[in-house]
Amino acid sequence: MSFLSKSLAVARKETIAELRTREMVFAVLVFTILVIVIFNFTAGVDQEVIRAAAPGLLWATFSFSGTLSLNRTFVREKENGCLEGLMSCPASREVIYVGKVLSNLLFMLVIEIIALLVFTLLFNIYVLSPPLLVITVLATFGFATVGTLFSGLSANTKAREMVLPILFLPIVLPVIIAAVRGSEQVLAGKSWAGLSPWFQLILAFDAVLSVVSFLVFPYVIEE
Amino acid sequence: MKGKESFKTAGLVVALLLFMWALYMIFIFVPTEATMGISQRIFYFHVPLAWLGLLGYTLVFFGSIMYLWKRRSGWDNFSSSAAELGFIFTTLFLISGSLWAKPAWGVWWTWTPRLTTALILWFIYIAYLTVRFYASEKQQGARFGAVVGIVGFVDVPIIAISTSLWRSEHPGALVFQGGLTPEMTFGLMVSIAAFTVLFVYFLAIRTSLKQQEMEVERLRELVEQDQ
Repeated sequence: MSFLSKSLAVARKETIAELRTREMVFAVLVFTILVIVIFNFTAGVDQEVIRAAAPGLLWATFSFSGTLSLNRTFVREKENGCLEGLMSCPASREVIYVGKVLSNLLFMLVIEIIALLVFTLLFNIYVLSPPLLVITVLATFGFATVGTLFSGLSANTKAREMVLPILFLPIVLPVIIAAVRGSEQVLAGKSWAGLSPWFQLILAFDAVLSVVSFLVFPYVIEE
Repeated sequence: MKGKESFKTAGLVVALLLFMWALYMIFIFVPTEATMGISQRIFYFHVPLAWLGLLGYTLVFFGSIMYLWKRRSGWDNFSSSAAELGFIFTTLFLISGSLWAKPAWGVWWTWTPRLTTALILWFIYIAYLTVRFYASEKQQGARFGAVVGIVGFVDVPIIAISTSLWRSEHPGALVFQGGLTPEMTFGLMVSIAAFTVLFVYFLAIRTSLKQQEMEVERLRELVEQDQ
């Protein structure tokens, strides 16, 4: 089996586990929609205010819901000694990493796209435009690469879930900044050209951090 | 051991002399800045503190790579000591920035790219120290710390770019209208040298303290086994 097909097998295993238990996506989705509903009470009904605050709200929500869903990646494996089983498979740790990144990317994107739909519906602001979807996919990839690494790390500490946000949020801050600013431009009706500095920033982050995370991941699940 | 000790004492003496020189430069030698007046003199503390914050994390990165490669606890002691010091100096940088911002801009905090980057670096230091604190055993803490040390370091330039891009639409206040005079540059250099020597001195002390702690731990275990 090639590296990619092994990674896809890991991602498939994650997806099947999620479909059977429905532990994570459902709970995180409800959480995400609740945050959007709470936003309604902070921004009021003024369409102008909502439009100005929407990008920040969306990405604050996605950062928190991302943290919540990433936490499950390895905490789930800790129960019943699943991780030991996974590591005794004839697959390298890098394969496990890539498979987990792919499945986390899928789960987070499903949640985010439904959240964008709900947002459009509730606030009458069309946030499902192609440039915004591209920003969402690129930024979520950045979340998934760093988040999967830190999820493996925090699941092995004494405090488990509590550690992930402390590691994850400061590191992904460039992505959050770029995604918020890029989304603002999209909602303001700017063209693709106006978005390019933000795209470049997210792409640079994705490229650098995915390579580094890939290289250091084996040290995280060593024992 | 004796040679090491006298080397350390020499470091302390050099730091002390440099600091006396730096204090003379800062409060007597350098001219008072035209637009901001006396408060600008905090600049000679502020800039060296920023440098030490960055130097600290660079050393953490270097020590982390060496630890994952060689697996010698000495490298871990080195990088965790550098992180503790870097964290303290970054904290002092944020405080001095805040103290300077009040007379200069009338607020305790402004989101300038540099202050924002320093704040995020400060959080990354906290992440590094947190991971070590919550690790279930010492070696795991060293390994996890090294991972955060490496990932955090490569992230810092991206954070710096993102915060300056983010603020580019709202230019901040200009700190210096006319730039630095040669006296000011010289004073700054002396201050940076003094702070750097102090940092290296602290780093040597802290690292060897950690080595000694490990040695004590090892001896205690030996004694307990004998009983």
